[in-house]
Amino acid sequence: MDVEILSRLQFAGTIMFHYLFPPLSIGLGLQLFLCELAYYRTRNPAWEAAARFWTRVFAVNFAMGVATGIVMEFEFGTNWAAYSRFVGDVFGSALAAEGIFAFFLESGFLAVLVFGWDRVGPKMHLFSTLMVSLGSMFSAVWIVIANSWQQTPAGYHIVWQDVQGEMMPRAEVTSFWGMVLNPSSVDRLTHTLMGAFVLGAFFVASVCSYYLLRNRHHDVAKRCLSIALPTALAFTLLSAITGHDSAQKLVETQPAKLAAMEAHFHTSDQPTGLTLFGWPDAENETVKFGVKVPYLLSLMVYNDPTKPVPGMDQIPEDERPPVWLPFQMFHLMVGLGTLMIGVAGLACWFWYRGTLIEKRWLLWAVVFMPIAAMTANQAGWITAEVGRQPWIVYPSVQDGVEMMGLKTADGLSESVTAQQVLSSIILFSIIYSLLFAVWVFVLNNKIQHGPESAEELTQYKRKLKKESMAENFSRSGKALGGDMLDGGEQ
Amino acid sequence: MNYELLTFIWFLLLGVLLTGYAILDGFDLGVGILHPFIAKDDRERRLVMNSIGPLWDGNEVWLVTFGGALFAAFPVAYATVFSSFYTAFYLLLTCLIGRAVSLEFRSKVHSPTWRKVWDVGFFLSSFTAAFLLGVAGGNVMAGMELGPKYEYQGNLLSQIYWYPLMVGCLTVSLFALHGAIFLYLKTEDELQDRIRKVITKLFYVFAVLYLVVSVATFVHVPHATENIANYPILWIVPLLNALAVLNIPRAMHLGKPGYAFFTSSMVIAALATLFSVAIFPNFMLSTLDPAYNVTLDNARSSQGTLQTMLIIAVIGMPCVASYTVIIYWIFRGKVKLDSNSY
Ligand code: HDD
Ligand code: HEM
Ligand code: HEM
Repeated sequence: MDVEILSRLQFAGTIMFHYLFPPLSIGLGLQLFLCELAYYRTRNPAWEAAARFWTRVFAVNFAMGVATGIVMEFEFGTNWAAYSRFVGDVFGSALAAEGIFAFFLESGFLAVLVFGWDRVGPKMHLFSTLMVSLGSMFSAVWIVIANSWQQTPAGYHIVWQDVQGEMMPRAEVTSFWGMVLNPSSVDRLTHTLMGAFVLGAFFVASVCSYYLLRNRHHDVAKRCLSIALPTALAFTLLSAITGHDSAQKLVETQPAKLAAMEAHFHTSDQPTGLTLFGWPDAENETVKFGVKVPYLLSLMVYNDPTKPVPGMDQIPEDERPPVWLPFQMFHLMVGLGTLMIGVAGLACWFWYRGTLIEKRWLLWAVVFMPIAAMTANQAGWITAEVGRQPWIVYPSVQDGVEMMGLKTADGLSESVTAQQVLSSIILFSIIYSLLFAVWVFVLNNKIQHGPESAEELTQYKRKLKKESMAENFSRSGKALGGDMLDGGEQ
Repeated sequence: MNYELLTFIWFLLLGVLLTGYAILDGFDLGVGILHPFIAKDDRERRLVMNSIGPLWDGNEVWLVTFGGALFAAFPVAYATVFSSFYTAFYLLLTCLIGRAVSLEFRSKVHSPTWRKVWDVGFFLSSFTAAFLLGVAGGNVMAGMELGPKYEYQGNLLSQIYWYPLMVGCLTVSLFALHGAIFLYLKTEDELQDRIRKVITKLFYVFAVLYLVVSVATFVHVPHATENIANYPILWIVPLLNALAVLNIPRAMHLGKPGYAFFTSSMVIAALATLFSVAIFPNFMLSTLDPAYNVTLDNARSSQGTLQTMLIIAVIGMPCVASYTVIIYWIFRGKVKLDSNSY
């Protein structure tokens, strides 16, 4: 296999693995903040037990996000050197801003969030939780802006530079805000954040439903569900709305991607229908076993059921993305979105009626929803990224001038060999499989252990107070003992 | 602002980020290197790990931000350095992942075997990370086989020879010493006494390596001293460096471990400064033809971008500094284990 395929495989694999964790960090961070806010206002120890429990889960996930994220940052330089030189002027400032504004904020206050429960007051702790949560959202802001610029570049021009006698192009920023607020960044950012919030809300709802089904931790589980279920419903609805906005923009900015997502091969002057499902066959330009609703695509894209949508035949042949994958992934995402709206809606309804606990089938459905949310997040990115091919930076039109893009094949590091990439793929496949196994194991451990009860927590705090008073007298300085205090079991 | 001045400011700021990273992650890498040798039982291992528990993640962000800032300010240097060190950097990444998860997962399960595995992982990844950082630094100092269009022509084997390997050893010993002094500050009683002895030994190892590498640099990397020769005022850096090295045992002897820690931080800062002085005005020297050097001028971003980023840095850095101080303040004092510890 050549370097291009291998580097793409490696990038796809490492970013998809990284993206298992960020949406959960972002989504769970919000839920955690809401729990802690409830504690802060009511001072009810059950809320504190809940917040302490979600903090422990959050910390495990966060560590994985950090560990896999550093790989991503290095990878632009190691595998995509030509791309890095081309976009550095534009893209680098977003990455640097991410480091300065987001990562420092997250990682600094994470220390207080995780280790500070017994060291700082509730107000400072709540503030730290808010900062960590905001920090993780800020990092999404900058990285999604960078990615959106790649999809719909703006605020730049191309400069040719003499490199040891050879002319090489690169993109240079002409307007920082034009770059930041490129045509797709706001839509894609809101949609990505909603996807993360959906996952966080369903994750909390899932663990709590599991506790209810197993008859454990009733108090904490019910409290958290009262936050998680309504937010899950709200955020799934908002993902559908923001996703629809993204799709409407595509017809202008990336028509090839839209055509691929809808497996829409032939343009005609008739209104365009929407293929609900099927098996696209790009070679013969047909959709096998397709079920089509007439007028619907025109209506969705233009809010006008009669206006035809341009198809793949409008795109030069060497600039067409693959069709099968974006089509299936897009339909999977929308399908799962619809499913989640249904489940969240029903669960909220029965919750409101006070009969959710009797509906064991629905509780079980909620238990499995995080898998659906995770899959929808991944499927969304695959749609967005594969639909962008063969471009790594999309060509665009700035003030009526056509600007060159960069093909994925031209973005590689020339000095890197296929063998090197293959070995790093093998190395990372092993590491990531192990990591994944450990993560699932530890997460499961924490969930099985569950939150403390309110009484346990009160006792623990009383003991802590006594010990610190004793220490003030003797300064024995020995570690605190006792089972509650042994971090080992939690 | 003037383009040349901006370029220089960004070179300085990158130096600051790199120095910050080396000082901060230096002590937690050092703690990782010492971990299996200093702690006798499980409780002590946990104390050692928890001494850096709340801090290591924030420390690593200095590296992340250094990478991001290098990408933004000097994209050509970022692309060339990272693709040249392909294999070395994937190993480094492996180590950084190993450290993060060893810390996070070790104490989550009550099984001696489980904990032993993570202990070994924590040591190996800390040691190798420090070593690789040194080896990469040594290669950059000495110059590499860069060809046309900034593409590296050598391979992994041409990066492994005596000079970078020695710089690697120096880095390991320096970080271990720095980490030991940090642990001394964080521990008490018998454990602290043991660390005291280790500090003395590590100091001798470091001092010998420091002399050897200094001589080796004079011999093997003649261009390293060019800038100092041209601007004699710069002699102050190696001078202060040597004084700082000697001050470490003095401060320990005076019973001022905090002062010793400050001094070892200054040693790291001085070495990082010497590194920057040695390579300036290049990022990477080509051993094939000076025309292929990656320099400040051919690697930099446009004036507009450097300016925007300076604004970002001016707004951002004070915030970063203030919450770094807050966090270190909250977690000051000796390590204690509680229900939130690793
Ligand atoms: C939508 C959100 C999102 C997306 C698309 C990405 N990340 Fe990420 N990343 C995060 C959201 C995030 C986060 C929520 O901020 C993380 C994950 C969990 C965490 O601990 O921080 C994080 C961690 C994280 C870290 C470690 C930060 C630290 O040390 O604290 C780095 C260096 C990166 N990421 C870099 C990247 C790069 C280069 C990406 C693109 C290729 C990328 N991330 C995609
Ligand atoms: C976190 C969610 C993301 C996921 C799941 C994801 C997924 C993918 C996938 C599947 C590919 C391979 C496409 C192909 O080769 O056909 C890809 C390519 C790529 N993505 Fe992403 N992506 C994500 C975020 C980002 C972000 C935030 C950036 C940049 C800021 C980015 C930059 C790239 C680049 C440069 C490639 C080129 C390599 C290639 O085409 O294979 N991605 N991504
Ligand atoms: C239900 C209706 C939904 C619609 C119509 C929709 C539409 C879209 C579209 C058109 C894109 C591609 C945007 C682009 O490349 O410019 C996209 C991407 C994405 N979707 Fe959805 N989506 C829906 C639901 C969801 C749900 C429920 C989730 C997650 C829980 C989700 C997560 C994502 C993610 C993470 C991306 C990649 C980021 C991006 O490109 O914005 N989507 N979606």
